[in-house]
Amino acid sequence: MTVDALPAATLPERQPVRIDRAAWLALPAVIFVLALFIFPFGYGLVLSFSPLEAAQGWLANYAKFFADPAYYGTIAKTLWLALPATLINVGASVPIAYRMRVPSGGQRFVTTLLVIPITLGTVLIADGLLTYLGPQGWVNRILLGLGLVDSPIRLVHNYTGVLLSLVVSGFPFTFLLTLSYITGIDPVLAQAARTLGAGPWRQFKEIYFPLLLPGLAVAFCLTFVQAFSVFPSAVLLGAPAGATRVISIAAYEAAFENYDFPMASAVAMIMGLVQLAITVLVLSGRRLVYRGPVGGGKG
Amino acid sequence: MTQRTDHGDFRELRLDRINRTFGSHHALRDMSLTIQVGEFVALLGPSGCGKTTALNCLAGLLPLSSGAIWLDDRRIDVLPSEKRGFGMVFQNYALFPHMSVRKNIGFGLAMRGVAKREIAERVDRAIRMVQLGQHADKLPGQLSGGQQQRVAIARAIVIEPPLVLMDEPLSNLDAKLRLEMRAEIRRIHTSVGRATVYVTHDQEEALSLADRIVVMKDGLVRQVGTPEDLYHRPANLDVARFMGFRNELAGEAEGNVIRHRDVALQGVRRDAGATRQAVAVFRPEDLEPVAAGANGIPVTVTAVEYGGREFHLTGVTAGGVELLARSRERVVVGDRLTLGVAPEQVLMFDAGGDAAPRGFAAAAE
Repeated sequence: MTVDALPAATLPERQPVRIDRAAWLALPAVIFVLALFIFPFGYGLVLSFSPLEAAQGWLANYAKFFADPAYYGTIAKTLWLALPATLINVGASVPIAYRMRVPSGGQRFVTTLLVIPITLGTVLIADGLLTYLGPQGWVNRILLGLGLVDSPIRLVHNYTGVLLSLVVSGFPFTFLLTLSYITGIDPVLAQAARTLGAGPWRQFKEIYFPLLLPGLAVAFCLTFVQAFSVFPSAVLLGAPAGATRVISIAAYEAAFENYDFPMASAVAMIMGLVQLAITVLVLSGRRLVYRGPVGGGKG
Repeated sequence: MTQRTDHGDFRELRLDRINRTFGSHHALRDMSLTIQVGEFVALLGPSGCGKTTALNCLAGLLPLSSGAIWLDDRRIDVLPSEKRGFGMVFQNYALFPHMSVRKNIGFGLAMRGVAKREIAERVDRAIRMVQLGQHADKLPGQLSGGQQQRVAIARAIVIEPPLVLMDEPLSNLDAKLRLEMRAEIRRIHTSVGRATVYVTHDQEEALSLADRIVVMKDGLVRQVGTPEDLYHRPANLDVARFMGFRNELAGEAEGNVIRHRDVALQGVRRDAGATRQAVAVFRPEDLEPVAAGANGIPVTVTAVEYGGREFHLTGVTAGGVELLARSRERVVVGDRLTLGVAPEQVLMFDAGGDAAPRGFAAAAE
């Protein structure tokens, strides 16, 4: 043991800071990030400050965005979709993940079932929902058949359709994330709480939930960012000219209908800022709660 | 510390032929045991012997497959863990990492709906008892292993349970701290004055702590007795092996003498003496070089370790049996010498001693 420790003890005498040759291995990743993320982002940022009509000044695109309700209104519309969808997804995944925290055949089955929507992608889901929820779809036929409604209710081409698709496509992701956080909590803690007199509800409230909160904040942010950038389902299942004219549609129109790329860049920048603001807000809330290890003690 | 009783005092806790199976694995077989109030009982055995299963069954964390547990005349094995009100100290402490020491200790009282002021008082008393005064507002992660252990104990006893269950609570501590905490646990047990069930695989720990030891193997209770009983009078080969009788000579028995090749060893029969084939067991500490004579075994020394007060030596008999012994004089590998052991230190069991009486637990009560 002591012999092993010797080389380490001589380390400080080695030559002053040299770049570890192994660090070059990170180069492809650095180039990748620079080329595909940093550069486009920087380019878009600069572009957004270079409006087509240069005479209007470098802030013209942003001024236009916040002057026109057709533009600035999209923030509220998108939030109005993304926030409820995120809350529903996070809210529903907690009790289900809690029920399934013990590894079992059922857990594997449900996890597999939930991975499928992730692999399908939003367009296919939107297409499926379109027929399923449409006026002649199964949902309406069943409702009519049971006599619960007199005429088909509108579930697509409006707010409901987009919200539903955000839940369907977002839930598996949120659930898997939540499940991995919840299974990381040492079940012995709940046993300890049991021996001290905590019933099932108190075990959840006093032990699992507080230890899960930091993870839930991350799950919330990731789910929200995905929901906020909704595009395909807002077009296919929503009312892209009305209630579900989300911010990405505005960017799309600017770029590919008006051919105003600087304006589209400005919209994209604002979209990113809103996402960043919400994320920072939620994650800074994590500072208020316990974030340490979730084990019961040493080793 | 004078204790106010939550559950009323009890006289005895009784395990009545409890069984627990996991699939086809029988982890606990027909265990019966009566624990009196004030008693410190250790469940001792190698890993996989069922001792932790027994503890979890007592705590209510595992349902029984059959049998019953009685607290005086109240049947408690049907109650869920949270209704039994036993204090439990877990092997890895299982402290709530997001709660301060004070909150951790007060958790059980809060679950019982005890008034805030009373919780504060009782938690303070418990904190003083385990000497954690200046750490009361820290999180468990900021404490050392020994301090975490104290919190775990305080958390279990502050609810004034009739029974405190401890699952190898010292196994994560270093040797010095283990000795300190051992004394501490005994002190706390005495001052709380209820009953403690303590699971361990360390015979020394069990001998030093317990009033009564339950030796288990393969889900069976092999012997119940006081530390002196077990140490000097193990009832069967399993218990003897576990109690440090590490030397074994098998041979033909005739009365109190066992013959192994040219060696004739006098001993004490510890069983019915039903078979002629027997096994004699004795401790390394009782075997030492002697001038040739009665109860002597000629060996060739094959290994010597310096053990401070004495040398620990390994010798091989003419028949190839390895024996461990002690020597005050220096010996070297290759020496031929005679090792002797006093007849009263040699215990003789029927060969195939696994045929131990199954109803032993009942007999030991």
